[in-house]
Amino acid sequence: MEKINLNRVPMPKQKPNIRIKNFDEVALGYNSQQSKNEADRCIQCPNPTCIEGCPVEINIPGFIKAIKDDDMPEALKILKEKNSLPGICGRVCPQEVQCEEKCVFSKKGAPIAIGRLERYVADWEQEHLKSSGQSFIKLKPTGKQVAVVGAGPAGLTVSADLAKLGHQVTIFEALHIPGGVLTYGIPNFRLPKNIVNSEIDYVKSLGVQIELDSVVGKKMTIDELLDNNFQAVFIGVGAGLPMFLNIPGENLNGVYSANEFLTRVNLMKAYKFPDYYTPIKVGKRIAVIGGGNVAMDSARTALRLGSDEVSIVYRRSEVEMPARQEEIENAKEEGIKFRFLTNPKKFLGDERYWLEGMECHKMKLGEPDKSGRRRPITISDSEFIMHVDIAVVALGTTPNPLIVASDKDLEFTKKGTIIADEKTGKTTKPGVWAGGDIVSGSATVISAMGAGQRAAKSIHDYLMSSD
Amino acid sequence: MYKIISKQKLAPKINLLKIKEPILAKKSQPGQFVVLKIDEEGERIPLNIADWDENEGSIDVVFFEKGATTLKLALLNEGDSIVSLAGPLGLPTQIEKFGHVVCLAAGVAAGFIIPIAKAMKQKGNKVTSLIWQKNKKMVFWENRLAGASDRLIIATEDGSYGQKGPAPMILKKMLENGDTIDRINVMGPGPMLKACSDITSPYGIKTIVSLHSIMIDGIGMCGSCRVSVGGKTKFACVDGPDFDGHQVDWKLFSARNNIYKNEEKIAVEQHFS
Repeated sequence: MEKINLNRVPMPKQKPNIRIKNFDEVALGYNSQQSKNEADRCIQCPNPTCIEGCPVEINIPGFIKAIKDDDMPEALKILKEKNSLPGICGRVCPQEVQCEEKCVFSKKGAPIAIGRLERYVADWEQEHLKSSGQSFIKLKPTGKQVAVVGAGPAGLTVSADLAKLGHQVTIFEALHIPGGVLTYGIPNFRLPKNIVNSEIDYVKSLGVQIELDSVVGKKMTIDELLDNNFQAVFIGVGAGLPMFLNIPGENLNGVYSANEFLTRVNLMKAYKFPDYYTPIKVGKRIAVIGGGNVAMDSARTALRLGSDEVSIVYRRSEVEMPARQEEIENAKEEGIKFRFLTNPKKFLGDERYWLEGMECHKMKLGEPDKSGRRRPITISDSEFIMHVDIAVVALGTTPNPLIVASDKDLEFTKKGTIIADEKTGKTTKPGVWAGGDIVSGSATVISAMGAGQRAAKSIHDYLMSSD
Repeated sequence: MYKIISKQKLAPKINLLKIKEPILAKKSQPGQFVVLKIDEEGERIPLNIADWDENEGSIDVVFFEKGATTLKLALLNEGDSIVSLAGPLGLPTQIEKFGHVVCLAAGVAAGFIIPIAKAMKQKGNKVTSLIWQKNKKMVFWENRLAGASDRLIIATEDGSYGQKGPAPMILKKMLENGDTIDRINVMGPGPMLKACSDITSPYGIKTIVSLHSIMIDGIGMCGSCRVSVGGKTKFACVDGPDFDGHQVDWKLFSARNNIYKNEEKIAVEQHFS
């Protein structure tokens, strides 16, 4: 019997004191030897549980075996059968609560680093092959046309899958660059934009067209798309509307939504101001309010823009933080301060409406709430003032109402999400599917991709049966 | 890429660009705007749609050279292209039969209030357009304005053309003289929007102001453009740009519009000196 190896190969990273001065990727990726060593740890379970943990059902033991066998083209082929965006997923998927959690070594605290291996294979393609759709035998064109609204993770996935089946797909994207949250939201130091671009190029190489600057709901409606040669429409517009705390002073100058803060930097490249024209206020002392990945991204971005002191302000304690452990550790290494059990009650400004500080309350934890996390309770008379000149509110996002306002047939929940069948993505409107954050509310890249994949199957069945 | 079909200088620092975009030409409505980006380094800025021509497949934007982006835009010529043009954004202006409608605009806004005046007139309103410019040289599109209105009043700050004095004062006189006004649409700089709203408030005349907030995406994603109206936070890009002027928190609006004043100077120095 094979000896069990619990030495998970660590990820090489840029040193904290260096990386806080640049926007380059923090995690450097395995080299060939490291990937072999890690792949060799996989015992190739006859009934692999890791696949159950993958929303797009990648044949994980299969691609790991190919790495072991030194057959990289095969590893790539297996990966791309199920995942059109492996370089992205290898970097931003929360593997620790998906595939890696299901790995038999997980209980022993050393699951196979599936995400890092996935990334290694995707990066190998970058280095050795020009990303192309050539490796797929495309089915004969079906002559069917599908419109996809939004070029984010869900939209790109559904498009790639449908294109591989021979359908003509056109994506309508509202912004001037495709990628959705991969482009405007996740910073370069976590997900380099050249990776996003080359994976989008791959989707395009399958024959998918992308129409930019196309705000569906304004420039065209869903009905117009259906009347205009498209037999099916997939809505993957994400959850783009930022949530605020709804406390006094939130509109003061210096209070940003995380969406705005990150969009200025990632999409508009404000870190290159004034060579690039979009400005951003950096501030000496910044507070980022929230405990998710977006809060970590905002805080670490602020640090790289040159802030002296960056604090994460979170109303619960560290264990309840929804951010990935890896990102919390990265943030700590970089010198981000954490103020747990702290909740802002009021933003304070000067007479010119510029932010000067936040009045906060200390919190304690009570009984678990419906999210299963312990509910934060305000401690009375615990007010104190935090002096900050910039605050970034990173509480999450809700669905963008533009589509809601423009279509009278689609049915929505009270939260503004589109009602769609969980298995197929079918909405209540004939010929229209939806998936990703617009259906689930704000979630992960990979769950949006899973929804895209399921919808592609359902759309394909629909197109092929409706002649 | 979106091609500039023609360019025209309408007055000092005021320019017209006609841009090819057949779908926008078909879809634009009075009061709406586009968000455009000139090139790779460019920022996204909102500009009102001044006119559209379905036959030609084009839209007109009129803008005043002020910040780095509008200065750069003014350097573009016929045949040049811009990389991004999204629209038509914002809710269209509410056009109904109200009675006597005053369309009041100052500066460059004289260019893009025309579609509103025209639509109001078509709906059967009596339209008075009240236009305020610095001096005679800044007066443009007088004929177009006259054609879109039943009555056109032009005022200049120095009295070099038309009536003398700020438009809000002329509006005030109209009201004091007993003119019946049923609705006012105001476009122009913040302080003037506020002045007009203050004047009409005691008369209870519905005063619709078009708020030019700082925007990035223009589709409700970032919240840069948030304004407080009737004590509630609204996004000018998707909830507006038109709001009830009597409900707007003007101090906040003015503060938020000056967030990047220093950066605007830096960008102009970097690129234009």
